[in-house]
Amino acid sequence: MIRINCPFCGERDHSEFSYGGDASVKYPPLDAPAEQWLEAVFQRENIDGVQFETWQHLQGCRMWIVVERDTTNHEIHSVRPAHEGIAQALAESEGGDV
Amino acid sequence: MKRYSAWSVFLNGLTGQKNWDRAWRDPEPKPEYDVVIVGAGLHGLATAYYLARNHGITNVAVVEKGWLGSGNAGRNTTIVRSNYMMPGNRPFYEHSLKLWENLSHDLNYNVMFSQRAHVTLLHSPAARDAAARRYNTMRLTGSDGELWDLPTLKRKIPHLNYGPDARFPIIGASAQLRAGSARHDAVAWGYARAADQRGVDILQNCEVTGVLRDGGKVTGVETVRGVIRAKKVGFAVAGNTSRLWRMAGLGKLPIETHKLQAFVSEPLKPLLDQVVVFGVGGAHFYISQSDKGGMVFGGDLDWYKSYAQRGNLPIVQDVAECATSILPCLSRVRLLRHWSGVMDMTMDGSAFICKTPLDNLYLNAGWNYGGFKASPASGWYFADLVANDRPDPVVELHSLTRFEQGINLDERGAGPDPKRHG
Repeated sequence: MIRINCPFCGERDHSEFSYGGDASVKYPPLDAPAEQWLEAVFQRENIDGVQFETWQHLQGCRMWIVVERDTTNHEIHSVRPAHEGIAQALAESEGGDV
Repeated sequence: MKRYSAWSVFLNGLTGQKNWDRAWRDPEPKPEYDVVIVGAGLHGLATAYYLARNHGITNVAVVEKGWLGSGNAGRNTTIVRSNYMMPGNRPFYEHSLKLWENLSHDLNYNVMFSQRAHVTLLHSPAARDAAARRYNTMRLTGSDGELWDLPTLKRKIPHLNYGPDARFPIIGASAQLRAGSARHDAVAWGYARAADQRGVDILQNCEVTGVLRDGGKVTGVETVRGVIRAKKVGFAVAGNTSRLWRMAGLGKLPIETHKLQAFVSEPLKPLLDQVVVFGVGGAHFYISQSDKGGMVFGGDLDWYKSYAQRGNLPIVQDVAECATSILPCLSRVRLLRHWSGVMDMTMDGSAFICKTPLDNLYLNAGWNYGGFKASPASGWYFADLVANDRPDPVVELHSLTRFEQGINLDERGAGPDPKRHG
């Protein structure tokens, strides 16, 4: 079992989470050329090593998170909320007296 | 190299089985070959064999980082079937099944192919309708398929869970009688021996560390046993395709590497004569009994990307639950072994046998769950592609460009999410 430290719920079994995919994928604007959509929807680095990937805490807070994980040995290096604003707010609240 | 026969078994019996030849040589790499195939798994070895047999190209090396058949060749559940429906898949897997039917004779090696029938359980009228469509399509395109009603199924497999309290009551089954299973190691050894006899060099412990390029042209591979130049190079390393792709200086692929677990139980007396598949409401389970008596079974992927050839416990529990729900008689059977292989899961669940952006480089990849049954036809059409520098019409759809053309080959209709194509 992989243990994922959810930023909202604490450390939980990975079976509570649903795997999303490569977190480096950014969807282009809707009117972007087809090549950009082809790249975003179908093409993957498929890294053997440390990658950023999305997971959803489906059986918990249902939030999307970004996990930095080694795909060769499943070691997790960092976890943060997928939503940039929430990630920033969380970092600030942990860093000072808010 | 002697042919294997009943007579040779008898003669060697007279001399204490001490005079058998090696099944294949262990040659030193030559500096250059006409064709280098990377990966001595079932697909790579089959490709080398058909290059020699169908196209007369024998100056071929198969390079392998471990020992031959050490990857997914030994990490599967040995199911052979052709119950695919989509154009492109249908003729491809049918050709593969036909090759399986004569493979032992062709290779002069008993691959223990057993056409014991592949039985998919049905649990709802909608599933029965979908099966009728699929199996009628198969019958219209040169294959066999049957729908079994409940009394027929009960007669054929009496000990499934037919109880009224079953979570998903069984209403019948679809069956392909020519499908079945084979002995995975024998397939690898049979292809290796037959390719070797025709002059193919199988270079084990020869990991590829780089791909040699001259501009847009591939000219060979760097290995731990030195540089090997080649007029043509073929990749057949499902699970690790993206690694090799990067070595060739190419970018992304429509592939994610996931791992799939499988299991074998302690040996039992004959219990199950068919390959049985159970898939409904999130369950996914397939089981057969090996010739040694072990129950061989598997289920879903581990649901997250991974290059680790080891499985995770939630799937063990999931598969065990499926096993006991459909075959309650297995509840006290102990597991003997359990393994995990890394799969090329593609964006539409179908494979690639195609040319690449580089000249003289050919790709055989993306086998998802289906690599074992596909290996004869995969080798057949990949050898044809490498020899003639153009895909056979049967594998034209198995191209890397199908996504940009919008002609995805999505048998399951699961969309561009690799883990959903199990």
